[in-house]
Amino acid sequence: MTKIAVLVKQVPDTNSKIVISGDSVDLSSVKMVMSPYDEFAVENALRHKESVGGTVTAITVGGPGAEKVLKDAKAIGVDEIIRIDCDSYLDSNALQSILSSMIAEEGFELVYCGKSAADTGAGSTGPGLAEHLGWASVSNIIDSNSEGGFTVVAPLNDGNAVIEVPLPAVITCDKGNTKVRKPNVKGIMQAKRAQVDVRGCEIPTPSVSVVNQSLPPAKPEGKKYEGGQSASEVARLLRDEANII
Amino acid sequence: MINTIVIAELNKGIIHSTTRELVTAAQMLGSSCTVIVPCTDSSVSDSIVSTSGVEKIIVAKSQIFENYDASGWASAIDSVTPQGIIITSASPQSKDLAARLAARRKISVVQDVVAIDGANLTSPVYSGKAMQTVSMSGNTVVSIRQNVFDASPDGGSAELSIIDASGNVATAVKELISRASARLDVSEANIIISGGRGMGSPDNFTHLEQIADTLGAAVGASRAAVDTWDDIPHSMQVGQTGKTVNPNLYIAVGISGAIQHLAGMRSSKYIVAINKDPDAPIFQHADYGIVATWEEALPVLQSSLSAMM
Repeated sequence: MTKIAVLVKQVPDTNSKIVISGDSVDLSSVKMVMSPYDEFAVENALRHKESVGGTVTAITVGGPGAEKVLKDAKAIGVDEIIRIDCDSYLDSNALQSILSSMIAEEGFELVYCGKSAADTGAGSTGPGLAEHLGWASVSNIIDSNSEGGFTVVAPLNDGNAVIEVPLPAVITCDKGNTKVRKPNVKGIMQAKRAQVDVRGCEIPTPSVSVVNQSLPPAKPEGKKYEGGQSASEVARLLRDEANII
Repeated sequence: MINTIVIAELNKGIIHSTTRELVTAAQMLGSSCTVIVPCTDSSVSDSIVSTSGVEKIIVAKSQIFENYDASGWASAIDSVTPQGIIITSASPQSKDLAARLAARRKISVVQDVVAIDGANLTSPVYSGKAMQTVSMSGNTVVSIRQNVFDASPDGGSAELSIIDASGNVATAVKELISRASARLDVSEANIIISGGRGMGSPDNFTHLEQIADTLGAAVGASRAAVDTWDDIPHSMQVGQTGKTVNPNLYIAVGISGAIQHLAGMRSSKYIVAINKDPDAPIFQHADYGIVATWEEALPVLQSSLSAMM
């Protein structure tokens, strides 16, 4: 019986266009979804529970609007859903402190999360949380096996390695070959009725703050040629103009 | 000025050239740069002793550095690292280490930095669809994207010390699985040639491989190609749900340039696009665009490049 937590975050749909308004990103008309790597984390957590028994609790940090991802996780089979109520910008230390105190208090033994969130792309939460808790961690796993000892497959040196992980531990998930399950009608109905457990938190003083957000600088217009023969001219430019070859 | 500490990036037992870029970033962030070299063999540091701007090199020697274990590495490196701003590379492993080191010191980490202006750090967010500038106060851990800052040249003479570092490994490697192909991974390559669904079939990727062999490049793929063909593994995928790459040259062949793909490669220094559709969005991001089928363009590109090498 393992008490498992899975961290989920809502982010703009990865196909959406990002718009800047003033000096920050305007997400008001963007569809929000569960961060893609978190879907693999939920899947790995559910498989882990199915193999050794236990419970899976999905946790998110955000305002009431962030609850949809919890319902999505509930619809595919997590047992409990918790939202830590905080809608302001958190630097990595503040976010990890909030998460680690809750995870320690609740007695979780294993945390799954995505390898990075599709908005920040930082990938700091998993390993940082593990360090706050004093736990082992393995990042970017592409497979896991919890029968007869817990092992994961993750990149190491020039290839991959099968790594044995003692609990408690934090595991961050890459895509791999894991197929993510889809919700069924029963799951969706249960998720609708499910109660979100809302928790407060104390926010440590941040040392990093956002100054502004902007669009990346536009690239000057490139040169465009017609026909396959022009590839020789492009090769020449790569040598003589770009100095790459 | 705050002290700066660079954690040297090692790859296959040697110090990666990006380490000198980290030294340049360190000089923009603070003063008196110390480089920590986590290694199993202290002679590796020879290649950076004369790097300009480095005051001290601390070689942290330990068997622990043979295989990456996040908690073991963080404790071993932390024990030999002075207080200050810590700078690492933004490779997947070093970002993981950066997050661990920051958490160990109860400070924050800012990842994937591409611009520094005083205490303001800029990183791509939303997979490069936007840029975010943050301001840091006090000690912070900062990871720096490769190929952005100039490498610090020779011209210095650092004071060198060797310390036996130790840490407790938490995880155990049971089995190393060597990579199926001996080919360079897209995340380590300075030149990448990628194919999309426009390649027609996974077999046609051999044409990309030939050019890759000529250039010493890695072969990548779009999500459409990875999703369509089982023979194209996810490890080759460049894009928002694959790998984010930052090479000197990115050649996109038969890739239309979906927002998903652009997110993973748009910050490449030079982009070449080969596509038969003149309206493909990839052309808006290409320095050099060729409107042609891959069947027409690749043989010409191959022979022109071979002639130059």
